[in-house]
Amino acid sequence: MTGPLESALAELLERFHDGQPVALGRAISLVENERPGFQDFLHEVLRVGPRAARIGFTGPPGAGKSSLLSMVATNCRTQDEQLGVVAVDPTSSYSGGALLGDRIRMSDLATDPGIFIRSMATRGSLGGLATTTKEVLDLMDAFGFDRVLIETVGVGQTELEITAAADTVIVVLVPESGDAIQTMKAGLMEIADIFVVNKADRPGADRLVKDLRQGLHLRAATAIESAPAHHGLDLARIMRKESCEEPRGPGWSPPVLSTVAQSGEGVEDLMDTIKAHRFWLEESGELEERRRGRRKVRIQDVVDRELRRTAWRSDTVLAELDQGLERIQKRKDTPYSVAWDILDRLLR
Amino acid sequence: MQSIDQQIRVLVAKPGLDGHDRGAKVIASALRDAGFEVIYTGLHQSPEMIVNAAIQEDVHVVAMSILSGAHMTLFPKVRELLDGAGANHILLTGGGIIPVEDIEDLESRGIGRLFGPGTPTTEVIDYIQDWFEDQETS
Ligand SMILES: Nc1nc2c(ncn2[C@@H]2O[C@H](COP(=O)(O)OP(=O)(O)OP(=O)(O)O)[C@@H](O)[C@H]2O)c(=O)[nH]1
Ligand SMILES: [Mg+2]
Repeated sequence: MTGPLESALAELLERFHDGQPVALGRAISLVENERPGFQDFLHEVLRVGPRAARIGFTGPPGAGKSSLLSMVATNCRTQDEQLGVVAVDPTSSYSGGALLGDRIRMSDLATDPGIFIRSMATRGSLGGLATTTKEVLDLMDAFGFDRVLIETVGVGQTELEITAAADTVIVVLVPESGDAIQTMKAGLMEIADIFVVNKADRPGADRLVKDLRQGLHLRAATAIESAPAHHGLDLARIMRKESCEEPRGPGWSPPVLSTVAQSGEGVEDLMDTIKAHRFWLEESGELEERRRGRRKVRIQDVVDRELRRTAWRSDTVLAELDQGLERIQKRKDTPYSVAWDILDRLLR
Repeated sequence: MQSIDQQIRVLVAKPGLDGHDRGAKVIASALRDAGFEVIYTGLHQSPEMIVNAAIQEDVHVVAMSILSGAHMTLFPKVRELLDGAGANHILLTGGGIIPVEDIEDLESRGIGRLFGPGTPTTEVIDYIQDWFEDQETS
């Protein structure tokens, strides 16, 4: 592990560091397909720490995630930020193929050299992201983008991997999504840093906004008794330096905004809120905390994966497994004693 | 179903001004059902948009559907831009209403096979799959 890169990969790395989009495109495929050497490549790339602001967009199918992301991206580009976008769509479990259509809503950005969009299929992963989306975000970060935007597949329930991938999670809902209770049941209350009620041009949007604020208020009140009622975002309070000098920052209660992604209405508010959240993340130490959490999970993932691979590729382990099965049949062992024997051998 | 390390990625693009993308959508879903990952970009794509997308998505194949009659400029233009961007490994294929002489002319100029209207989608799928396997073994 992590020896010198094989020459083709070393050349790719050089072109990657040189900022060539073709090299980024290929590097993403290397990682996505977990081709030989991908871990060594990531090791080289991760020598520079994370820099980019990672913003996730999640929410039910058709809520307007791509449209909103596109508006946010356009807005960031006016500030001359360099942007990466990763958009995840589901793999069909029937054919193993996928129709990745998020780019359709991002046509306006298609020839902008300051933005790089990559579509990913889930390939069997159920968490709302693809198995290697987090690694792809690292690649984009290391490539030098100021901001990386991530769109998850339309979430139903429990597809909440985005919290482990993004610094800021935006939950996009629409009047048709139902009420706040349903949002709570889906587990979306816990993961949102910012709520957006999109399609505010449709009836029912105001009600949902009110409903969500009330739901959040109730949660906050039970969580921290002293927390003040907090309707919407008090930008002034968050931006004010003094209030941020408290040890862990003033805390963050997720604001609820409304937008019309098609016309761009409300997008500027959303931008301000994203910036305010970033400011809070940095000042409160929460950003470092989240990054630390991500690194921990990455280490655990790699260890898990390598252990599993080592185990089931080893002839002695496979032999032990076979013998164990025999002994179980003769009632001399149980699956547990066999497993412990195998673990003993592996970890010895 | 394909194993992951041979997952074929195809960009289905609809360049030009005509507003009919039924054909493109049919082929996109057929390719998906054949186990390919298909990136669909929507209508009115310029050659520059198509090539940018192909590079960012690192696709193996670009398939263009052209009904507007502009095939003689669009196919060579996209090929030229792909090659210029260092993506000469990408297969450019497609279909639409294209006269046989034009197909022969284009195919002789480095464009992959082109399919007329009404071609069974299985033919396109087989062509891409065969091309891909040749690539992998060569
Ligand atoms: N009326 C209205 N329609 C909108 C708005 N935003 C998006 N749409 C439309 O809603 C549809 C879905 O938008 P997308 O941006 O593709 O939604 P998505 O959440 O990315 O969808 P998936 O990726 O398929 O889950 C499109 O037809 C959009 O044009 C809005 O603010 N108002
Ligand atoms: Mg989308």
